[in-house]
Amino acid sequence: MTDFIPTIGLEVHAQLLTKTKLFCGCPTTFGKPPNDNTCPVCLGLPGALPVLNRQAVEFAIKAGLATHGRIAHKSVFARKNYFYPDLPKGYQISQYELPLILGGHVDIVTSKGHKKIGLERIHMEEDAGKSLHEHPETRATNATWVDLNRACVPLIEIVSKPDMESTEEAVIYLKTLRAILVYLEINDGNLEEGSLRCDANISVRPIHQKELGTRAELKNINSFKNIEKALTYEINRQITRIREGQKVIQETRLWNSEKNITESMRGKEEAHDYRYFPDPDLLPLIVDDEWINKIRGCLPELPAVKQTRFMNQYKLPEYDASLLIQSQSLADFFEACVRLYNEPKKISNWIMTELLRELKNRDIEIHQSKIDTKLFTKLLQIINQGTISTNAGKEVFSKMMESGEDPEKIVQDLGLAQVSDTDSLELLINEVLKNHPDEFERLKKGDGKLMGFFVGQIMKASKGKANPKLLNELIAKKLK
Amino acid sequence: MKLSPEEVQKIAHLARLELKEGEVEVFSSQLSSILTYIEKLNQLNTEGIEPTAHAMEVPTPFRKDEVKQEISKESSLINAPHREGDYFKVPKVIG
Amino acid sequence: MSLHAQTIHELHKKLKKKEITATEITEDVFKRIESVEDKLHSYVHLCRDHALEAAKAADKIIQTKKDFSPLTGIPMGLKDIFLTKGRPTTCASRILEGYIPPYSATSASKLFEHNIVLTGKLNMDEFAMGSSTETSVYGPTRNPWNLDYIPGGSSGGSATAVAAGECIAALGTDTGGSIRQPASHCGIVGLKPTYGRVSRYGVIAFASSLDQVGPIAKDVTDCALILQAIAGWDPKDSTSLNLPVPDYNKALNPTIKGLKIGIPEEYFVEGMDPEVTHAVKTAIETYKKLGAHCEPVSLPHTEYAVATYYIIAPAEASSNLSRYDGVRYGYRNQQSKDLIETYKKTRTEGFGNEVKRRIMLGTYVLSAGYYDAYYLKAQKVRTLIRKDFEKAFKTFDVLITPCSPTPAFKIGEKTSDPLQMYLSDIFTINVNLAGLPGMVLPCGLSSKGLPIGLQIIGPHFGEEKILQAGFAFEQATDWHTKRPPL
Repeated sequence: MTDFIPTIGLEVHAQLLTKTKLFCGCPTTFGKPPNDNTCPVCLGLPGALPVLNRQAVEFAIKAGLATHGRIAHKSVFARKNYFYPDLPKGYQISQYELPLILGGHVDIVTSKGHKKIGLERIHMEEDAGKSLHEHPETRATNATWVDLNRACVPLIEIVSKPDMESTEEAVIYLKTLRAILVYLEINDGNLEEGSLRCDANISVRPIHQKELGTRAELKNINSFKNIEKALTYEINRQITRIREGQKVIQETRLWNSEKNITESMRGKEEAHDYRYFPDPDLLPLIVDDEWINKIRGCLPELPAVKQTRFMNQYKLPEYDASLLIQSQSLADFFEACVRLYNEPKKISNWIMTELLRELKNRDIEIHQSKIDTKLFTKLLQIINQGTISTNAGKEVFSKMMESGEDPEKIVQDLGLAQVSDTDSLELLINEVLKNHPDEFERLKKGDGKLMGFFVGQIMKASKGKANPKLLNELIAKKLK
Repeated sequence: MKLSPEEVQKIAHLARLELKEGEVEVFSSQLSSILTYIEKLNQLNTEGIEPTAHAMEVPTPFRKDEVKQEISKESSLINAPHREGDYFKVPKVIG
Repeated sequence: MSLHAQTIHELHKKLKKKEITATEITEDVFKRIESVEDKLHSYVHLCRDHALEAAKAADKIIQTKKDFSPLTGIPMGLKDIFLTKGRPTTCASRILEGYIPPYSATSASKLFEHNIVLTGKLNMDEFAMGSSTETSVYGPTRNPWNLDYIPGGSSGGSATAVAAGECIAALGTDTGGSIRQPASHCGIVGLKPTYGRVSRYGVIAFASSLDQVGPIAKDVTDCALILQAIAGWDPKDSTSLNLPVPDYNKALNPTIKGLKIGIPEEYFVEGMDPEVTHAVKTAIETYKKLGAHCEPVSLPHTEYAVATYYIIAPAEASSNLSRYDGVRYGYRNQQSKDLIETYKKTRTEGFGNEVKRRIMLGTYVLSAGYYDAYYLKAQKVRTLIRKDFEKAFKTFDVLITPCSPTPAFKIGEKTSDPLQMYLSDIFTINVNLAGLPGMVLPCGLSSKGLPIGLQIIGPHFGEEKILQAGFAFEQATDWHTKRPPL
């Protein structure tokens, strides 16, 4: 399929981690009983009026600064009018002609290198409530049940330019953007629960054509895995259509995660005329430079900057650094470990292989695990000293994840201490050499492959506890 | 500006209103005469004039990010035409 | 004079002197309601028992406190557009039948804090859309000066009740003249404050950038007293202004020597009732005699007011009324098979024709392709209208105009031609578009015995100026003392 280029733009909606909703004082707490977090404003009762949450504006500005966008001194809230049961006022308060942030970009690193993904804009808007088409308890499907807890929760909508040209770029863009939002502590990055949502616009064109192809909009992609599958599927679907001489229709499609296909929403959705106009209940949002600079001064070290610093300060390769900065807490863990035990590459290796795998298997984040920096670095130190072998170390680590116990204690309990005492090793070596005189002769004559054979035999004899490094040294001595 | 019956039906649908047979004609004629009158504004040259969205030029005020419970949950649901448990119940989107 | 025919300030004096009680006033008002309400139909909801309880509580305060608010114990009615917690509020529409709000409007709450006695909710045009109170789902209210005539609208019930003594004073709302025009047609005083002076929180929204809350009372002093109680910043209303509230009492000064009054030329047009022109011109002479300087001024964009208003107001209204969908409150057609049918039948059955007309008009002017030509254009003309006034107020303290081109017309006379009805708002609408304060007080009676009103327009937050100009006129004339021959 390399004779076609895909063009992808992503629209990301991120719920802001404010305590209260965008235009009223209702809490934003997730998982409450239906309609617990409601009031006249977010219920759309007659006579209710919106008042803007300052913290939400600050969070939005943070997002704009972190993505190098231009913060508008004056922006306007507009009404987006349409009817749906979970839209209580019959309109959503959003921003249209004059959004809070224009432009900006997100730097990504893919297998092909660096790329800048441009942003069109970031604007603020309120979330809608939830329409349940199946009752969560009775499982009835003959009606729709409306819960307005989520109505009016603050969102920012981040609209990228159609700068992505592959599924890989799109996924990495999303991961990078997510990391930025989480670092800023304005969003919890939870794609599965819907606090971060992503819609995609995709088109394809023949490789030498300048004009973009007709695009389709993809909705309902709620995990990184699904994004990859959905985008890949859709790109192929469009290419196939064009190859078959058919046109790609401009439409909205939904990802069906059971059938693993995208399906047209045509017929279910009609063209909307949103009749945008400035909301007369709100005055213009004025943001001055003083406020912007104050916020700029409080921004944390962002992922891209941290990654570069890790590469320079700890002499880590780009790949390692990029994995470590995936989450703020992981990066902090790494640095705290280095402060205790100055072996950044070793620590990084262990984190990238063992720690991340264990965290994934247990489906937890670093701060939820039983490992702390002291225990972790202790383990690495005793492996480095040769007290236990690397393999044994892995076993100890696994146990530590479960019990949070001191590694030295685990080594003792499981009897994993490596045999590093030269005398006992000598005895073992001599024993094995005696039992395999022919092979020893061949080794002496230069058959290097037999080294592995002898190491293996001695390891077996020592029940895996021989210190392999020392072993190699001692055997090599015998060859002289 | 004359509005055709089709256009009136389209607008009614956008506004989720249903017009009966005879009504379409009446509304069409009334709306048309109002729109024709409104076109009087085209007599004015408004190039370079800023639109007035609000009578006063002040910025929007802010609210602190503090929880305030305005009404009880019961009050939120009590006027519901059809309530099931703590949900507002409505007919399915497509019947 | 019966208690129900007196003003707030007259009653307050007597309450202070313990000559009367709040309970006595309330009982007299309800006696009056009993005798005339059948003819007038001002109220949509009466709360006699609650009123008597409130009167009792007010009497306690009056007996025990040395100083109490001038509104204490005063029976007042509220237009049924103000949410009253626990009491029905319908906006004279079927779509809100049975609706009991869980909270009260800020302006209403302020009055309750002053211990008024709520008599009930007053009739109005449905969703405040109208100039005659004929679009109410409850049927029209009748003008107390002549029962065959409209009282004006949309605060028709409020004006009638005050003029007829069915409450001492009332609160109304004004989007295009809905306080001033009914006050004019009923021979009483109505004041629309500067936009942002009084909170709109808890007032059912019609056109958000134009709606304002204001008093309807028997004289200027009463209006000042009510305005004092309701004016002020409300953190729940983003469009209310955080400016200090002056002591409006100080404005009640009969000396207006040197006051510069502008008389806009464009407000004396062909087709006006000559009796209206005469009454207003006579009033201007009175002002001259009082020492004011009256000069003509031009507000060149006056003729575009109605067209501008009937784009902006329906546009905002079409959006404000989208929430009436039968999902969370109000009327719902329960026989529909799916959601869209529910929406359509609910809203079609719930809204009257004038509301539907304005919703469709508003939907049209905001729809794709038409926004620039209509809505944006109207907002630009609005700027021109605003600038006309700004220029005028550089020279003048206040402007004086007629309120309505004719006195009240007969019930049913203009209902078949909506555009004709809209054109009768020509003198009041500009004031809302510019966000200015405007007050109407009586200045004559037509040969048919129908009241004629005078409008005083002030600059932004110039309520004191218009109160002063109105007060001075009252001191020199007696129009405000006349009551309908009911």
